[in-house]
Amino acid sequence: MSIRILAVDDSSTIRGLVSRALKQAGFEVYLACDGVEGVGTLPDADPHLIITDINMPKMDGFGLIESVRASAEYRSVPILVLTTESGTELKARARKCGATGWIVKPFEDDRLIAVIDKVLGR
Amino acid sequence: MLDTLSHNTIGKQDAIAFKLADQDFCISIGCVREIRGWAPTTVLPHAPEYVRGVINLRGSVVTVVDLSARLGFGTSEPTERHVVIIAMHEGRVVGLLADLVSDIVTISDDNIQPVPDIASDPAREFISGMITFEDGRILRKIDLERLLPTSPSMPS
Amino acid sequence: MSDMDEFLEMFFAECDELLEGVATGLRQMDSSEYEKETVHAVFRAVHSVKGGAAAFGLSDLVSFAHKFETVLDLVRSDALDPDPRLMAVLHRSSDCLADLVEAARKSIDPDHARREELLGELEKLIGVKDENENDDDVEFEPISIDLMSFDAPEVPESYRIFFEPNADLYRSGNDPVAIIRALDKLGETDITIDTARVPVLSEWDDSTPVLGWTVLLRTTASTAAIEDVFEFVEDCCKLEITALVAEQGDEGDGTAQTSSEDFPTVDVTAQQVQETTDDQAETVSTKAAFSPLAPTSANAGSEGRAVKSSETSSSATIRVSLDRVDKLMNMIGELVIKEAMLSQVIQTAGFAEDPEVKGGLESLRQLAGDIQESVMAIRAQPLKQVFQRMHRILREAAEATGKQVRLVTSGEQTEVDKTMIERLIDPLTHMIRNSVDHGLEDAITRKRNGKPQEGTVTLSAAHKSGRVQIEVSDNGCGINRARVRQIAEEKGLIAPGATLSPAEIDSLLFLPGFSSKSEVSALSGRGVGLDVVRREIMALGGRVMISSSEGKGTTFTITLPLTLAVLEGMLIQLNNQTMVLPITAVQETLRPEQSSLHGIGRSGRTLSNRDELIPIIDLGCIFGFREKPSASDEGVLIVVETDGHKRAAFQVDAIFDQRQVVIKSLEENYGRVPGVSAATILGDGKIALIIDPEEIVLSSHSDQGPEQMALTANG
Repeated sequence: MSIRILAVDDSSTIRGLVSRALKQAGFEVYLACDGVEGVGTLPDADPHLIITDINMPKMDGFGLIESVRASAEYRSVPILVLTTESGTELKARARKCGATGWIVKPFEDDRLIAVIDKVLGR
Repeated sequence: MLDTLSHNTIGKQDAIAFKLADQDFCISIGCVREIRGWAPTTVLPHAPEYVRGVINLRGSVVTVVDLSARLGFGTSEPTERHVVIIAMHEGRVVGLLADLVSDIVTISDDNIQPVPDIASDPAREFISGMITFEDGRILRKIDLERLLPTSPSMPS
Repeated sequence: MSDMDEFLEMFFAECDELLEGVATGLRQMDSSEYEKETVHAVFRAVHSVKGGAAAFGLSDLVSFAHKFETVLDLVRSDALDPDPRLMAVLHRSSDCLADLVEAARKSIDPDHARREELLGELEKLIGVKDENENDDDVEFEPISIDLMSFDAPEVPESYRIFFEPNADLYRSGNDPVAIIRALDKLGETDITIDTARVPVLSEWDDSTPVLGWTVLLRTTASTAAIEDVFEFVEDCCKLEITALVAEQGDEGDGTAQTSSEDFPTVDVTAQQVQETTDDQAETVSTKAAFSPLAPTSANAGSEGRAVKSSETSSSATIRVSLDRVDKLMNMIGELVIKEAMLSQVIQTAGFAEDPEVKGGLESLRQLAGDIQESVMAIRAQPLKQVFQRMHRILREAAEATGKQVRLVTSGEQTEVDKTMIERLIDPLTHMIRNSVDHGLEDAITRKRNGKPQEGTVTLSAAHKSGRVQIEVSDNGCGINRARVRQIAEEKGLIAPGATLSPAEIDSLLFLPGFSSKSEVSALSGRGVGLDVVRREIMALGGRVMISSSEGKGTTFTITLPLTLAVLEGMLIQLNNQTMVLPITAVQETLRPEQSSLHGIGRSGRTLSNRDELIPIIDLGCIFGFREKPSASDEGVLIVVETDGHKRAAFQVDAIFDQRQVVIKSLEENYGRVPGVSAATILGDGKIALIIDPEEIVLSSHSDQGPEQMALTANG
């Protein structure tokens, strides 16, 4: 069974890059372009892991994390925050919402996969 | 690009040889797309003498340059023996009107010599090198880039 | 690497959209009544440009976008007030960002001076507010922590790791099993689970995790690599990593036993760890289910559905590369040509009147027309993106001339062919600059003349009778006709004292060579005149007209065909060459009576038609196919009218058909031919040139005849 990852980012470029890196590593990838779409994609994707951007229209990354953590089915799915910001304030806020970890953009494909493997315990 | 590569081994390249006014010329095969028989062209008004006109190449408008006129041998009187070499240079497609194509030759870089300093012959401008063969034959290598009409509305 | 190039291309395409969003948002912010979301959207767009740029290592772009974004963030949090002065900087930053993107796209060096200057202004705005300045500089260093690249000691060392998660670790989706597995990957592990705090069932409190682990790790990995395993959980667990001195070549076991004396230990397998933590995770989630934060499942469900439906609607559109559409368009062109060829063959074979053949051909023609229309619809795009760019052009023009100008646009949604959109940018840019530079007066003059100090340039578009009409108008001083006339006479463009209507004088501005030195200004000058604008519009199969009212302003009207692909043409013959004359210019065709023809001087000839004297132009001479004009009573005369209502009669050998022709660019592989706008392919596969009647009439203006044309052609 392949591992399903939902990636949420409003930038099609980043979505493309993340999707490429994940697919190359053998993951099954689902994409959404904002928090609302991300939440909506959950039943379809039934992800093992979620990667999300913070700054997005409609519902930002914090909102998405909170929604996922508040749901019955997906509350324990690991969520990695993909962000250009590396400030501790942002990490603290993401953690408060329930983020599992973070990756700072720009990411290297290997680094992204290593972090995912770590969080999934692969 | 691929064509150029597939025809080239290190230090060697293939070229299409043809005659003009009893002199042998050649053009690198890498830029040649196809060779067609002569067919009448549509005349372009106010074009320089060496621009023979345009032809329809599978839906594209392609300019035909009269090599003989361009190299200073005078305008050709095309017959059935004449051919149009369709060549491409930096995305521009051009047809070159020439006498019958005589050969495809392999040139090794060692055989290419610079063009001697002949006084301002028009042909010299368009020849990038002289290729000597053991049998004494000499091929003049044409530089496609210099040959193309640069700014047609202001003929050089 | 082409893989990456594709993403880069994707990024640039995305940037176009983002930058448009930035420009639009900033314009909304210009008016004081804008919604907060507008600032957020602008911020996000700049942020996305930054994020993408960082992924491709475009550092110029990243650092600029970062400063820009920081200022926007301050506006967003009300720390900065978007007053006109600040807005001006933001607009210019948006322009600069667009330039940097463009430079990156073309892999050229950006305008560093301009970038530096704006960076300076942005920094001034940020001022002392940005305390994390130093952080920012390191922020975009590509992070490449290769786990394996830590200086690894060659001899395995032993560590004792004590790890006790608190509730936050579980709540944040972290998993002790994953962490222990990650440790296991580093080397040999020996894991003991601490169950000392597990209470008796009656005292069970599921809000406090009770499990802890002690892991003995023998690894060649560095301490940093071990710490990295706990990267995301260091703030939500008790963690002790102790390096064990392996003096006597101690096996981990012995150490573990001594170190875990404090509490009873149970040896567990990884399987057991999994099970225990599953239990714990279960408890945590059971508890959370009662939390007031949890939404009702109905709620979540409906949200999900709403998104689903919007997803379906968005998946109804697809992105297709323009190449593919172009290819399709070309093939349809081919289809139209093949259809013409087929008709011709059928005609020659004598089957043209066969009802079945006729019906079949007719439906084929109909189908080809329908397909063509459908593809045109695919290629159609709103003029919005061109119009948006004009805001910037106007702003720069206003800045350069020191005039106060406002741009009003309307009809942005009017759709035209995609290719046309790109090719409209230059002519419109020129016209906008021309309006600001020459059309509008400076503030003082305007005030003196009782006009508002701020001038207005209006850019509008609309569909009119199967064509697109674009107007560029200003409320400036209008054309100084006396001056135009004087310049034209000085340049020998018109005979001194020639009788010209006001409209004819206005259209002199479009003559090649009109733009004089005295006209050249820093802005719209550069030796490029309106003749270039006219030529570019003509190349699109369009026309430009000018109208002006003294003291009130000037209006340029461009009309364009809906497509660049086909035009209705009249096939004519000239010295065995077939040419095409666009039907739009043709007024009437006639075989002249000798009595209606009048010579003027040595070579001039006119046709008297309906009480009007119309100059006759022999097209054979114009195109250099013959030296001398044909005798006036030979061939056919075609009366054409220009946009400036100038008439002329074209003399040709014969007219033999009228049909739709597919337009092929001549400039792509050859260049511009005077008097010719493009080429087409006829039913017999030969190429025919499409005549540009406007240029011919204007170039052989008044009584100067074909010689003048030939002169222009060779100039």
